[in-house]
Amino acid sequence: MRDQPVLDVRGLWKVFGPRPERAVGTTLSRQELKETTGCVAAVRDVSFTVRPGEVFVVMGLSGSGKSTLVRCLTRLVEPTSGEILFDGDDIRRADERRLRELRRHRLAMVFQHFGLLPHRCVLDNVAFGLEIRGSARAERYKRAREVLELVGLTGFENSYPDQLSGGMQQRVGLARALAVDPDLLLFDEPFSALDPLIRREMQNEVIRLHREVGKTMVFITHDLSEALKLGDRILIMRDGELVQMGTADEVVGAPADDYVRDFVSDVPRSHVLTLRWIMRDAMEGEPLDGPELDPDLVIRDAVRVVLSADRPVRVVRDGALLGVVTSAEILEMIAR
Amino acid sequence: MTALTVTARLPARRYLIGAVLAAWVLGHALLSGRDTLPLGGAELTPLHEGANEAWDTVDDNRNSNPFFLYFVNYIRLVLDESVRFVQALISQPSFGRPVPLLGWLGVVALAAAITYLFGNIRVALLTVAGFVSFGLLGLWAESMDTLALTLTAVAYSLAVGIPLGVWAGLSDRFNRFVTPVLDFMQTMPTFVYLAPLTLFFLIGPASATIATMIYAIPPAIRITAHAIREVSPVTLEAGASLGATAAQSLRHVRLPLARRTIVVGVNQTIMAALSMATIAALIDAPGLGKTVLKALQTLDIGAAFNAGLAIVIMAVVLDRATTAASRRVEAQRRTGREISAFFRRVEVTVALGIAAVLSYLSYTYVWAAVFPAEANIGSYVRRAADAASAWVQDSLAGFTDALKNLVTYGLLNPFESLLAGSPWWLVFAAGVAIAALVGGVRAAITAAVGLAALIGLGLWQDSMVTLAATLVATLLVMALGVAAGVWIGRSDRADAVLRPVLDAGQTMPAFVYLVPILGLFGPTRFTAIIAAVVFAAPVAIKLVAEGIRGVPATTVEAARSAGSSPWQVITKVQLPMARGAVALAANQGLIYVLSMVVVGGLVGAGALGYDVVAGFSQHQLRGKGLAAGLAIVVLGIVLDRVTRAAQARTDRLGVIKED
Amino acid sequence: MAIRRIALVAGAALILTGCGGAKVGEAPSAAPGTGAAGSGAACGTLNLAINPWVGYEANAAVIAHVAEKNLGCTVVKKDLKEEVAWQGFGTGEVDAVVENWGHDDLKKKYIEEQKTAVDAGLTGNKGVIGWYVAPWMAAKYPDITDWQNLNKYAELFKTSESGDKGQLLDGDPSFVTNDEALVKNLKLDYKVVYAGSEAALITAFRQSEKEQKPVIGYFYEPQWFLSELKLVKINLPAYTDGCDADAAKVACDYPLYELDKIVSKRFADSGSPAYTLIKNFTWTNDDQNLVAKYISEDKMAPAEAAAKWAADNEAKIKAWLPTS
Ligand SMILES: Nc1ncnc2c1ncn2[C@@H]1O[C@H](COP(=O)(O)OP(=O)(O)O)[C@@H](O)[C@H]1O
Ligand SMILES: [Mg+2]
Repeated sequence: MRDQPVLDVRGLWKVFGPRPERAVGTTLSRQELKETTGCVAAVRDVSFTVRPGEVFVVMGLSGSGKSTLVRCLTRLVEPTSGEILFDGDDIRRADERRLRELRRHRLAMVFQHFGLLPHRCVLDNVAFGLEIRGSARAERYKRAREVLELVGLTGFENSYPDQLSGGMQQRVGLARALAVDPDLLLFDEPFSALDPLIRREMQNEVIRLHREVGKTMVFITHDLSEALKLGDRILIMRDGELVQMGTADEVVGAPADDYVRDFVSDVPRSHVLTLRWIMRDAMEGEPLDGPELDPDLVIRDAVRVVLSADRPVRVVRDGALLGVVTSAEILEMIAR
Repeated sequence: MTALTVTARLPARRYLIGAVLAAWVLGHALLSGRDTLPLGGAELTPLHEGANEAWDTVDDNRNSNPFFLYFVNYIRLVLDESVRFVQALISQPSFGRPVPLLGWLGVVALAAAITYLFGNIRVALLTVAGFVSFGLLGLWAESMDTLALTLTAVAYSLAVGIPLGVWAGLSDRFNRFVTPVLDFMQTMPTFVYLAPLTLFFLIGPASATIATMIYAIPPAIRITAHAIREVSPVTLEAGASLGATAAQSLRHVRLPLARRTIVVGVNQTIMAALSMATIAALIDAPGLGKTVLKALQTLDIGAAFNAGLAIVIMAVVLDRATTAASRRVEAQRRTGREISAFFRRVEVTVALGIAAVLSYLSYTYVWAAVFPAEANIGSYVRRAADAASAWVQDSLAGFTDALKNLVTYGLLNPFESLLAGSPWWLVFAAGVAIAALVGGVRAAITAAVGLAALIGLGLWQDSMVTLAATLVATLLVMALGVAAGVWIGRSDRADAVLRPVLDAGQTMPAFVYLVPILGLFGPTRFTAIIAAVVFAAPVAIKLVAEGIRGVPATTVEAARSAGSSPWQVITKVQLPMARGAVALAANQGLIYVLSMVVVGGLVGAGALGYDVVAGFSQHQLRGKGLAAGLAIVVLGIVLDRVTRAAQARTDRLGVIKED
Repeated sequence: MAIRRIALVAGAALILTGCGGAKVGEAPSAAPGTGAAGSGAACGTLNLAINPWVGYEANAAVIAHVAEKNLGCTVVKKDLKEEVAWQGFGTGEVDAVVENWGHDDLKKKYIEEQKTAVDAGLTGNKGVIGWYVAPWMAAKYPDITDWQNLNKYAELFKTSESGDKGQLLDGDPSFVTNDEALVKNLKLDYKVVYAGSEAALITAFRQSEKEQKPVIGYFYEPQWFLSELKLVKINLPAYTDGCDADAAKVACDYPLYELDKIVSKRFADSGSPAYTLIKNFTWTNDDQNLVAKYISEDKMAPAEAAAKWAADNEAKIKAWLPTS
């Protein structure tokens, strides 16, 4: 761990239904639980930490509890059990007032269906969070204009949401969240409702913003490629449970179970895995004067070098030889 | 698996219903006339007598009881004064002047200015035409009295209804509490509470206002609550995630998003108030209703129609004006604000300026104050209506008897005999069984409680007679509703032609068409049924048409491209897909028919309707009239709940089957 | 915008100067009720209940006419059902009811118990209630007017409403009827069917005469409709004192009602000349039928009808006025 985590979630449960506390700790399957208690455990014993500046992705099929999880983080949904430490404070202990303060100043969320106010123009939508916390008009408009520029919507201040395309509306949603200058940004499948092209554009936008403003982000998606593209680390959920957590290549290279394997089966592994995953120890008598490559190089980018070399490629980190890679490994990888 | 059990259960249920009906018919054949719990016209039960006594007690203590002195009487004062104030402005001589403050010219100008500013130029012109026609019909003062009462009642209804609606929208508990109260307020026949109202609030504008409010508040509350509830949860959540307090989210999110729907509620409130303001003439409410009632006494069809026409015109003007206002709410945010701000100020200044000048003229000069008597086309309208009614009666006379007998002998008598002629316990058992089969356990419980209540009220047989007529009327309403609804839903031209007719059918006071219908069918149950159909069919037709229009064009296109004939498109695609709308139409048709039970009592339906009417007129029957009113409410609630449960159930089955 | 304003003001000025005409309050014809000389101060306001039938309206119209023209009262008419009108005595909303049909229960309650109302004497009109048929029937079946022959004709009166019995059309919900008991106790083969309103009854009789459709039903006089169609009364067993004491056992005709006037106690004690007028008011059935006919058939406004009658009957009116 580099620093203290921004967010530290421990043993989080969220159960919907009558007398939800009873179901906490259950090991019954979804169906059994429903039949015996009438409850749905949308989040089951999930723990994770988010580091400052990190983009932490939560991924899973629809209905696996992602939205519930992210809403628990700001208590838009009240967790049933567990701890949520935000900068060391337990959010679950915060009273109404303090919670409101947190939401007003430190956390902000972007929603799948935007949640814009149709009766307000773009500028007023973006300034909404500031208005709610009582900033003066001039000040909040100034800030809103800055943020609008940041998300590339200058010139649309006086438009109304229904005059904008889906992608632009989500930019407004993003700007609204950024306007309050939060420490942590939460995204609940923000781009699922958008066309693929626009989605790609918006993903790049998030990457750019992350680079520019360096916010910590928790990003929910059901789209693996989005997860792999954006996430520093990925948490995979199924039926409310954490199935696997790790970096992109960990998830693709070493799926924890069939569920995850299935998930990642369509991903071109060579685009995600690094040489680390296919290198082997040099065999006796192999020539060790081939080209040198870094172990964290993605396989796709190493293909040309390896295939065109007439001898094994050496994988070297800090001058130490970690292993070798030959066309055989590459071809096996791609063929699989 | 569920689909299997359901499909297995479905025919079984149908057979069970058939079996219950067969048992009922058999039982009726064997036991007809036994245990039917009849109660003669002048007979009373102890409950009815008790109600009479309670009534007397209130009457006797009116001037001593603190509840009256410090509460009821103040409400009365405030309401009386409010109506009188508006009357002084537009309809009655006031402030020592022989005429109201504003003459006709001023009222027309002001109304036009307001409708122009909140609506658009077209409704403003419509308003001018409508208001001038009040004068032309020779009913200026009466129309203004009706308007004064309606507007006052609407103002108070909204002042009470919108906050309560917001509350009901926010709180499930309050909503659960208020819903049955509203059902009660809307199904309780007016005649039943008019007399008790005068007991508390005396004769005069206050009672009339409250009677009007009782009828007009429910839509205000319901629609506001609905508007508040339907605000997108996503938007609300977005507000919450930014740390909005409850008050902030109400003010910035809920109310603005609900505004358009709330304006629809205002429209419904106005319509309800107008229809009640005319009925309140029975307790001396001023205005057009009185003209209609007077005309009824001498069977003056022309005069009744003339006044009815004025009411319809007022309804159309108020309806179109509020509809335009709600559209404007929508349109406002689309047009950029900066540009319009300046224009708006100009517009407001000019419109109000002109209105002010004309108002001043109407304050000062007789020609602008009193509508010129020479310009009166009322007598032509009256004569034309008389002639038309005479013609209809003469030329339809042969046909009407056949129709009456067909429905009476073919449908009504068998129904009535089965319901009112079987032993009460048989009807009770069959009714509960059918409710259970079509609607489930809760529906069965509702039916059992309701039927027991009818027995308790001492009006079992009358209730069954009324129920039979109600069911027959609803059948006719639905037949008409589906036929005309499909037609209107499929053809824009039919829509354009029929919609004004439907609007008129809904807003023309029933008293106006009672006399011609009486002329055609005589004082019979069938006459009452026809009156109910005239009143209820427009709603059913509109709802079905709405449903047919709501079927996605692509689905219809797909059916057509598969070679369906128009008939197949209607029966296999449009009607099944509009199932929800048809069911709603049946439900609403039923409620509307029930609300005409009392009017039916005036033209030969007898039973509960007559009990209520007689209770309103005869001192010793008022307790019974009250009980009959409650019986109508009970019927309404039972029928409503059972049909809704059945509807919910078929919806569920439909979904499972389609899976 | 300034230009617009100027234009507006100019336009307004133009209108104001361009058209004159009579001003409100200037024209003497515009002010009502100033015709009566002198005695106006003593009378003040008279609140007349108007019960919903035309005969009543005739009484009220003539009384109102005299009160306004001869006594200078301001008359306020309130359209009310009987029950509701009687309630008004106690509250000061209503000063007088000028045609009352029996209503012993109301009398007991408001005159004896609450003491808010007092009897103000007879109107001179005789109220008759009974069973009637249209004239053509009486002409075609002369013996139908005797109740003993009614069963013979029951077949004629069968309708969709009465099943296999004859239909006896009952009707105006404002009146107590003994008809169900009568049918039972006289062993008539009839079923009482409730028409539900006066309008329904009148329409039925009208149709009966026009289409020669047999109708027998409950009706009453004085009633304006009788001046349009002279219905013929059926003779039921004669009324004797007390024969209607037990409502369930009634087997005799309805009593003759001596129609009377009821006023509020407060009004009677006020010494208003209008009270004297109402107390003195009395006229005949023919008088009332005439005014009722003016109103219902000739479609005159009640005030017009009253004025017309008053012009022709000055002597009668003189007798009603307070002697001072
Ligand atoms: N308010 C609620 N009440 C009951 N069950 C809920 C509620 N919200 C979500 N659920 C259930 O919790 C589970 C997880 O839902 P959600 O968090 O929305 O999943 P995801 O966002 O991954 O699609 C689902 O089975 C859903 O039906
Ligand atoms: Mg989700």
